[in-house]
Amino acid sequence: MEGSKSSIIEKKFNVLIVDDAPGIRMMHNALLKSFGSNVETQVAENGKVAVDLCNSGKYFDIIFIDKHMPIMDGVQATRKLREMGVASVIVGITSCDTDDEVKPFVEAGLNECFEKPLTREKIKFVFEKFHKDG
Amino acid sequence: MDQRNQFHRQVALMRQSLFDQGYIDEQFVQLEELQDDTNPNFVEEVVTLYYRDSARLIVSIEQALDKSPLDFNKLDSLMHQFKGSSSSIGARKVKAECTQFREYCKAENGEGCMRTFQQMKKEYATLKKRLEAYFQLARQAGPSQAASRPK
Repeated sequence: MEGSKSSIIEKKFNVLIVDDAPGIRMMHNALLKSFGSNVETQVAENGKVAVDLCNSGKYFDIIFIDKHMPIMDGVQATRKLREMGVASVIVGITSCDTDDEVKPFVEAGLNECFEKPLTREKIKFVFEKFHKDG
Repeated sequence: MDQRNQFHRQVALMRQSLFDQGYIDEQFVQLEELQDDTNPNFVEEVVTLYYRDSARLIVSIEQALDKSPLDFNKLDSLMHQFKGSSSSIGARKVKAECTQFREYCKAENGEGCMRTFQQMKKEYATLKKRLEAYFQLARQAGPSQAASRPK
């Protein structure tokens, strides 16, 4: 594990984690940091904080965003970010397991949507897919 | 040294039984793999935060179950959040009860919801006790080898 911390991936990624649960933020942050020093992370506790961060000029290559959050949920935040012209890769992470539940989230502007929990395999998939797609 | 080895053996047995009895799943191993010398209590911290965050959700669900008529959409939404948190720490039995509860919400079966909610709280409390005992013993035993997949 120690050797793997140098850098598993070649490209630098700036990643935003958006979730209202502190435990989930902590876990997702650790998961992302386990990919090495090329991954920079920041956290936001709801969709409004995420939107405000992007509005302030911060750019993120990837945004991992929960669906259910207070103040501004993932669907509203994703829609708002796309309306603002944010071109980041936005990945929804949700407990939803039916198409009816996931559809509005995807239609809001997600690039990808995963069922919780977020895992190293899912993160690796995102890094590889969107690095390849440029 | 013998006592330390004994502690480690007990910790390993306790951990294995949590998997064998279906309390936790592979996701727990993912958490353990994130634990290292810079974050030696990472798993315990994440689990502690889970129990703190989810306690509020349980209260909200209880309040929603007290209302008449039941708002099944709200109940489903609350349990959906609870299921997500529970799956993130690998709480297998708790997650299974959440899934069952959501089925009862879809069927608008209030009795089923209440019954399953009680069962879910039992599993949630049992897991909490088991994990607290496990973490306490793990702290006594001190650092050991890296996370391993259950047999």
